[in-house]
Amino acid sequence: MRFVDEYRDADKARALAARIAALCEPGRAYKFMEVCGGHTHTIYKHGLEDYLPPAVTLVHGPGCPVCVIPMGRVDDAIHIAEQPGVIMTTFGDMMRVPGGRGSFLEAMARGADIRMVYSPLDALKIARENPDKQVVFMAIGFETTAPSTAMTILRAKAEGIGNFSVFCNHVTIIPAIKAILDSPDLRLDGFIGPGHVSTVIGCRPYGFIARDYGKPLVVAGFEPLDVLQSVYQNLVQLAEGRAAVENQYARVVPWDGNPKALAVINEVMELRPHFEWRGLGFISDSALRVTERYAAFDAERIFRIPGGRVADPQACQCGEVLKGVLKPWECKVFGTACTPETPIGTCMVSSEGACAAYYNFGRFSRDRVKEATRT
Amino acid sequence: MCLGIPGEIVEILSDHPDLAKVDVSGVRRAINIGLLEGEALAPGDWILIHVGFALSKIDEAEARSALDFLESIGQAYEDEIAALRESMIEQG
Repeated sequence: MRFVDEYRDADKARALAARIAALCEPGRAYKFMEVCGGHTHTIYKHGLEDYLPPAVTLVHGPGCPVCVIPMGRVDDAIHIAEQPGVIMTTFGDMMRVPGGRGSFLEAMARGADIRMVYSPLDALKIARENPDKQVVFMAIGFETTAPSTAMTILRAKAEGIGNFSVFCNHVTIIPAIKAILDSPDLRLDGFIGPGHVSTVIGCRPYGFIARDYGKPLVVAGFEPLDVLQSVYQNLVQLAEGRAAVENQYARVVPWDGNPKALAVINEVMELRPHFEWRGLGFISDSALRVTERYAAFDAERIFRIPGGRVADPQACQCGEVLKGVLKPWECKVFGTACTPETPIGTCMVSSEGACAAYYNFGRFSRDRVKEATRT
Repeated sequence: MCLGIPGEIVEILSDHPDLAKVDVSGVRRAINIGLLEGEALAPGDWILIHVGFALSKIDEAEARSALDFLESIGQAYEDEIAALRESMIEQG
């Protein structure tokens, strides 16, 4: 076994890795999916795959909200941004995401007024300060960020702000996990459950994974030991022949989530009948839109949205990476035509994307291993 | 964006009970605490922040270890703090 990126708890990680190895049945291979991009980041940064026995593979999942936005939605957002009198706002992660007609950065260069914000509340402030403009917030993210968007709409309504709207692209994690479980491409043994999404939705919604699919899921924290502990707990369940939802991250994640956050999402948003995910295609009931009651804050009702579908570039294999079928370095354009500076696919754009994480850390670790074995 | 970043409450703003002044790695900004209904919050408490909103109350040990982790991942955390530095959250 190799140890690529030593950190203060390396001894504990080794001890845990030994317990993991002891649980593996000889001749059996195990695949666990980490759903959340934050976990992918930890795994590559700390070279966790090098601690694990060869029988255990970690597969990266669809939990990077920037990565799953289809190109057509980027084009729609740019279309809105290019309407006269519009200020488009979004998180920094979105700026480089390529659409069929280029990225936000390229639209800015053509003259669109697009501004990066830290919070939807910052977008609301821009609306207050620019009463003669329509300020649109391009909202992205899973249940982690959806309550913030909902709270901002409630605040805009309470203040009677008439020039603020949301282009809603929030997605929900459960249907994506179900789509992966139903996909014939991949056989998984269990899941490392997302940490921060679970602070909002709690652990109960994962119950069907254990009940209907017979797979364990362990909600995990973001430190290296958390991720390894979650692999261990998955393997204990498999060894004992049971499947359950467990919460390794109870120090932050309450079993029932954050009821207030769920209540504000339900007040302001509703499920869309279907929504396209990059790589996963259309998934029923998998995304949120603004309800009729808050129509005045819904950019999709205020502006005419082209709503076109745009196929991903042929060379791009983000879809396979998002489903866990391909590892980042197995993509044909990884690190050559597609880099964080000139991304072709979304997985290379966001720091939570598997390709960007591997490009930034994984390669580096591998180089260090090579160096270490030379000396 | 998905990174939860820990911050220490410095002051609950009495004229805006939904807002607290919070110290995040030395940057002090207004953070919305409206999603932590029912939690008794006071200066010195730690919260986990996503895009300007506190999503959970955490203890100091968890905050320290979360900060260690964030500092270890480098650029993504620096970007988040740089974005926070530009943030001007306020109530109307």
